[in-house]
Amino acid sequence: MSPSDRDPVIIVENLTARYDDVTILENVSFEVYRGERFMILGGSGCGKSTLLKHMIGLLKPSSGRVLINGIDITQADERWLQQVRRQIGVLFQADALFGSMSLAQNVALPLTEYTDLSPELVREIVKMKLGLVDLSGYDNHMPAELSGGMRKRAGLARAMALDPMFLFFDEPWAGLDPVTAAELDILIRSINEGIGTTMVFVTQELASIFNLGQRVIMLHKEARGIIARGTPAELREKSTDSRVMNFFNRHAV
Amino acid sequence: MTIVKLEGRLALEDMRSLMSELLSIPRAGMSQRISVDLSGVEYLDSAGALALIELQNRGSALSIPVDLLNISEKNHGLLSLIDREVIQRPPLRPEVVRSSIVENLGELARRQYRDFQEIMSFVGELITALLYCLAHPRLVRWADVMFYMKRAGADGLPIVALISLLLGLIMAFMSSLQLKQFGANIYVANLVTIAMVRELGPIMTAIIVAGRSGSAFAAEIGTMIVNDEVNALVTMGFDPTRFLAVPKVLAAMIVVPILTVYSDFFAILGGLIVGVTGLDLTVYTYILQTKSSISIFDFVTSLTKAVVFALLISGIGCQRGFQVKGGAEGVGTSTTSAVVSAIFLIILFDSAFAIMLNYLRH
Repeated sequence: MSPSDRDPVIIVENLTARYDDVTILENVSFEVYRGERFMILGGSGCGKSTLLKHMIGLLKPSSGRVLINGIDITQADERWLQQVRRQIGVLFQADALFGSMSLAQNVALPLTEYTDLSPELVREIVKMKLGLVDLSGYDNHMPAELSGGMRKRAGLARAMALDPMFLFFDEPWAGLDPVTAAELDILIRSINEGIGTTMVFVTQELASIFNLGQRVIMLHKEARGIIARGTPAELREKSTDSRVMNFFNRHAV
Repeated sequence: MTIVKLEGRLALEDMRSLMSELLSIPRAGMSQRISVDLSGVEYLDSAGALALIELQNRGSALSIPVDLLNISEKNHGLLSLIDREVIQRPPLRPEVVRSSIVENLGELARRQYRDFQEIMSFVGELITALLYCLAHPRLVRWADVMFYMKRAGADGLPIVALISLLLGLIMAFMSSLQLKQFGANIYVANLVTIAMVRELGPIMTAIIVAGRSGSAFAAEIGTMIVNDEVNALVTMGFDPTRFLAVPKVLAAMIVVPILTVYSDFFAILGGLIVGVTGLDLTVYTYILQTKSSISIFDFVTSLTKAVVFALLISGIGCQRGFQVKGGAEGVGTSTTSAVVSAIFLIILFDSAFAIMLNYLRH
C-alpha cells in the first residue's frame, strides 16, 4: 500500500484513560488505515485492552477523541453511536457467545435486530457466515459443546454478521494450541484480503504478529503510552529501545 | 570448631525438630566457627535448605561463621535457588489493617452511598427502558418474556402450592385451638382468608420468587458480565437493560400476581381441610364464610402489592447482576445480595402499603 492511498478510518487523538485515579494511558494518538491489519502490542497490564475498549466505545476517555469513519464516538449521541456500532464487530477474548443460544441464534441475533429480513433469508445468511469460519453444520450446537478454537471462530462469525467495516480482536489467540492458532491466522487473513475489512488486534502472540501484522504500535506500562510504531519486522530489526527488543526477541528483563 | 554432621533426609516433614536442634547450636559467646558436614545427606528439599540458611543467619547475627561442607551437586543446585534476601524483604505494600472503627464506618458509609447511587441510576435506566417498551411493544423480546414466565412462574408452582397449603393448615390449626374455646370455630375461615389475602399471600409468594428467580436473574446477568457477553451486547448496539432486564421484569410482573392468587387458594384449601376434619364445619359453610370475609378491595390491593413486589425482586436481581465485578466470587456475592436486598425491600414496601391501605380503607 503506497502512502498516497492511505485513508485513515480510525483516528485516536490524545486519548487519556483513567480508572478512578490511576492513569493507564496518557496522550495516545495514532491512526488506522482502511483495509489494514493493525496491531496493538505490549506486555501484560500495559493498557492494550483498555485502549481497545475505548476504541469501541465501551469506555469513555477522560480526555481525547476517537473518530471512527469521521464520527467522534466519545461525543456522539445514541443515534450516531448506533450507526458506528453497526459497522464494527468485536471478537472478545472470552468469545462472549451467548450461552443460552445456539450458534445459529447467536449469529442471527444482530441480523434479526437490525434488519427486517425474512427468517429464511436470515437462516441462509447464518449458514453462509458459519461456512465462512468453517463451522458449517454446527447451526444447532450450543457454545458449551464446542472446543476453544471453534468458539473463537463462532464468535468471529457473529462479529461478522452485519458485514462490518471494522473488526476488533481482543487476544484472539489466547488459549489456543499452535495449530488452531495458525488456522485462525489463515482464516483472518482470508477475510481481510477477501472482504477488505479493517482489522485491529490486541495481542502479545509473537508468531501471529509476524504472520498477520502490517503495522503495529507498542504500549508500555511505565511509559503509559506508545513506545514504538512501525511494521513488526522493522521493530524487530531496527529498534534500539531495549523494551521493544526484549519483547520481540522474547528476552527476560 | 564445632562440627555438625547431618545425615539422611532433610525435608519438610521433619522441619520442626530439625530447625529447633540446628538453631540451638550457635550460642552467644561462642567464638569458633561451625562447620556443617552434609556429606551424608541423601535428600534435601527447600524446607531443609531453609533450615540451613536460617542456621547461617542465626550464626551471622551472633558473628559466628557457619560453613556448609561437602554439599553434593544436586543439593548445591537447590541451595543456590534460594534467594537469602527474599526471605527478609518486606512486601511492596503493607498488609491492609484497618483497625479504627471510624475508618471502617466511613468506608461502609461510602460504599452504601455508592451502592445507593448505582441503584438509583439503574432505576432510572429501567424505568426509561420499560416506558420505551410500552411505547414500542414490538421491540420487547417476547420469547424471552415467555421463557422467564415459565422459569419464574410455572416452575415455581409446586413449591408455592406446598408452602401455602402448609401455611394454611398451620394457621387454621393454631387459631382453632384458641377459637374453639369461645365456640367461634367458623371464624377460622375469616382468619386464614384475611391474613392470607391481605398480607401473607403476597409476601410469601414474593419471598419464594426472590429466592428462586431473583437470585437466578442476578447470577445469569453476573455471569454474562464476567464472560464479556454484556460488552458484546453493547458493541452490537443493544441496550443491556432493555435486552436483559426488561424481559425478566415483565415476566415477573405478570407471573407474581398469578402465583399470589394461587398461593391464596392453597392456603384457603389448607384452612378448609382443618375446618372440615377438625372443627366439624361443612365445606359449604367454610367457603361461604371465606367469601364473605374478603372484599374486592382486598383482592385488588393484594394483586397490586404482588406487582410491586415483582418489580422490586426482578429489578434488584438484575441490578445486582449488572454490578458484578471480578469473577466467580463476584457472582456469588451479588446473588446473595440480590436475595437479601429483595427480601428487605419487600418488607419495607409492605410496611408502606400497610400504612397507606389503612388510610384508604377509612
